[in-house]
Amino acid sequence: MSRAGDLWQDYLWRRRRQLRLARALRKRRELASVVDRTDLIRPGDVLAFTTLRNEAARLPFFLAHYRALGVRHFLVVDNDSDDGSREILGEAPDVSLWHTRASYRASRFGVDWMQGLLMRYGRGHWCVSVDADELLVYPHHDTRPLPALCDFLDGEGEASFGALMLDLYPQGPLDAVRYTPGQDPTAVLPFYDRANYTISRKRDLDALWIQGGPRSRTFFADRPERGPTLTKVPLVKWHWRYAYVNSTHTLLPRALNRIYDDQGGEKLSGVLLHTKFLPGIGAKSAEEKTRRQHFGEPGAFDAYYDALIAAPDLWTPHSTQYRGWRQLEAEGLMSRGGWG
Amino acid sequence: MSARLGFIMLVHTALDRAAQVARYLAEAGSPVVIHVDARTLPQAREALVSALKDLPDVRFCTRHRCDWGTWSLVAAMQSASELLLREFPGVERVYALSGACLPLRPVAELEAWLDRHPDTDFIESVNVGDVNWTKGGLSEERFTLHFPVGFKRNKWLFDRLVDAQRLLHVKRSIPDGVVPHIGSQWWCLTRETLERILQDPRRAQFDRYFRRVWIPDESYFQTLVRLHARKIESRSPTLGKFDHQGKPHVFYDDHLQLLRRSDCFMARKIWRGSDRLYAHFLAPRDGAPSAAEPQPSRIDRHFARATEQRIRGRAGLYMASRFPGLNRENGKTAEPYSVFQGFTEVFRDFEGWLGAVASCRVHGHLFARKKAEFAGREKFFAGGLSDSASLRDYNPRAFLTNLLWATRGERQCFQFGPADTQGKAYELLWFMSADSNAQISVITGAWAVPLYRSGRDVAQIRAEAARLQRIESDMIDILHSPHVRARIRIWTMAEFLENPAEALHALFDEIAPQSQSRLLQTPELVDLSGFGSFLQELRNQGMQPVLMGEFPTTPEAPDPSHRMK
Repeated sequence: MSRAGDLWQDYLWRRRRQLRLARALRKRRELASVVDRTDLIRPGDVLAFTTLRNEAARLPFFLAHYRALGVRHFLVVDNDSDDGSREILGEAPDVSLWHTRASYRASRFGVDWMQGLLMRYGRGHWCVSVDADELLVYPHHDTRPLPALCDFLDGEGEASFGALMLDLYPQGPLDAVRYTPGQDPTAVLPFYDRANYTISRKRDLDALWIQGGPRSRTFFADRPERGPTLTKVPLVKWHWRYAYVNSTHTLLPRALNRIYDDQGGEKLSGVLLHTKFLPGIGAKSAEEKTRRQHFGEPGAFDAYYDALIAAPDLWTPHSTQYRGWRQLEAEGLMSRGGWG
Repeated sequence: MSARLGFIMLVHTALDRAAQVARYLAEAGSPVVIHVDARTLPQAREALVSALKDLPDVRFCTRHRCDWGTWSLVAAMQSASELLLREFPGVERVYALSGACLPLRPVAELEAWLDRHPDTDFIESVNVGDVNWTKGGLSEERFTLHFPVGFKRNKWLFDRLVDAQRLLHVKRSIPDGVVPHIGSQWWCLTRETLERILQDPRRAQFDRYFRRVWIPDESYFQTLVRLHARKIESRSPTLGKFDHQGKPHVFYDDHLQLLRRSDCFMARKIWRGSDRLYAHFLAPRDGAPSAAEPQPSRIDRHFARATEQRIRGRAGLYMASRFPGLNRENGKTAEPYSVFQGFTEVFRDFEGWLGAVASCRVHGHLFARKKAEFAGREKFFAGGLSDSASLRDYNPRAFLTNLLWATRGERQCFQFGPADTQGKAYELLWFMSADSNAQISVITGAWAVPLYRSGRDVAQIRAEAARLQRIESDMIDILHSPHVRARIRIWTMAEFLENPAEALHALFDEIAPQSQSRLLQTPELVDLSGFGSFLQELRNQGMQPVLMGEFPTTPEAPDPSHRMK
């Protein structure tokens, strides 16, 4: 592209980012503070941001997992839960909680709300932005907590850290799973696809677009282009100017999407263990379908929701059992990069 | 205890860890002089001072504001060394360490080891003309340009000043007798050498010169030691590894065994949160002192592997943090594989035969139009790949690279041909032919055999035959392109049938070099009597079949089912 064209593109992206930020500021008014413990946040703390609705079953392990990784404070937007999530969060000593009844979809699936909180509280901190069904693992996470990872990334001059979202599933129909809150989800969803992912490069955002996995092969075999996006940038050293574009898949400014090396080397990266298929996925899908709050085109995913409600079996004889980060690293689903 | 070994310690953050290490060294009887960066907050410094106030042999020297890569670090080391040498006349050796260093063995063992090397200065000191590990493009220029601005303080200005001086051919003169050397700033010098450096009559001149050298802390002592030392052992006594960008590798709790077995005396950098490392190595130790020599090679290899993965990556891997551009792959696919075109067509059960005689996985047409024909016609294959054609065709190249990545350790063989999915603009064949892992064997024109055996009317077949021939011609062109890196063999069908055994043996020597290919029974050929007439019939219909080579027209096929209609 010509230089003028580049400048024009830069301007458009800049404009888009500014609109996102303005929108997030506006949407912040939809949030009512329930518990504000943000005065506990200290410089250098790693923070976690999440938006959720009815995740009481997942929350105990979610909080324990990220605490063990060294997250010092959770900033949570509760989208009108009625299953006790709010109580769990309100009682936790390291959670600040906001509540809203506004539309999840109109807030771009909670991103606008999260964006508003990131702008205000995330500045200068390394921030983990994840859903309640996403558990971050990365090379050496059992011996090197997030502050160690963030120190390393700072040293490398990186401001963002990428991860593959890895769908975990059980053997047998999805509705046969039994889960006790607090239990490690990988005990009941022990399987994943280890080499079933396609990547294309989105030149406009300078990002990778990864698709595939069990949902693609089961629900989107006839229209793979609709398959779920599995690229994630869950950990960012936040600056108030930054903005998530599509969920937590991509960010602006575009340089933050450079979580990959295109010269043959491997950058350090992690995996988000996706526990979507814990019990309740059928009921959640039914609710999502009626609420029609997913993506740009309501209706386009009805078949997908119907298939999920029908509790299919995602397991194949070639599914791999989860055995920790070393295995994921050896299989190339994540990389230790130069972090020896 | 008469301490013969003293330490100078430069600290700026994680002062709690520095205090732990200083206490460990001081309690072993060694004096420690600490330089605290002048930019460190006063409260933090006071906490450090009070944490160590019960130790009489811990002193604090004049503070300097330390900027990375600037003279201030040398000034700090000078101040600390001077204080140490003055206050502790019994000290015979001075060891320089940072707040992120951790002693791995008792001080007594280090002292004993140093005693075995009398009058020796341990300092990495490499002639700047001979180094290849300086990062950032500056090696000799570190000594011949002026560096008034710290790199970390203003990168842009730093670079512009370098550019400007290059443009103006600025060249500083190096003081007489000084030969620039560089190396790690963590050294252990003898009192004699250090005193001679600090009391050199020309010191003011040297200091003035090094003030404007780039990264003087890696060159001041390293250069001047060459003027004064009696015996230089050019290596840092501190274990520390650097990555491809010149940044130090950091040690964490999971490195404990690696560090323990290295038998090194001191390591850096240690991550401040490594509780296990600090607890283990600073704990009092029983047992006889060890006289083991330091063996850093295992750690060298450990970090060299990490650096290799960061720079070159794993061949054939495409993932969230590795997506190489064209020809940057360092290996397009994970492992060698074989592609057969036309073999299932001319042999009766080529797949079964190949699977039986070679220890490899033999698939059918992986890129067949209808579905991926995995070995055993499984619905799913390694890694979770599905046989669905639409999933595969969404990104056929990723399908191939995934398959080869997921089956590392087992050679994959599959059939290919003009009737298969080719991807956009033959992207699959372009990719494979440029891949040095691919072994591609083609019997041209063999696509006509299934048409001939189908028994369908030649008039109907004509269009399909013409299409396949056109595609195969394009494929052959690709295989003849100058970009080819695969091992490619092409026979016309007529050529191949003259001596199939020899062709198969040649292939086999590559797939399974250890097997006795000469002893193999070749698979049975399909019945091709009447094939010549079939080709003639195609010609009669106006098509020109050329890729299969010359077949004599036989008047009548013996098998009535193959007869022309």
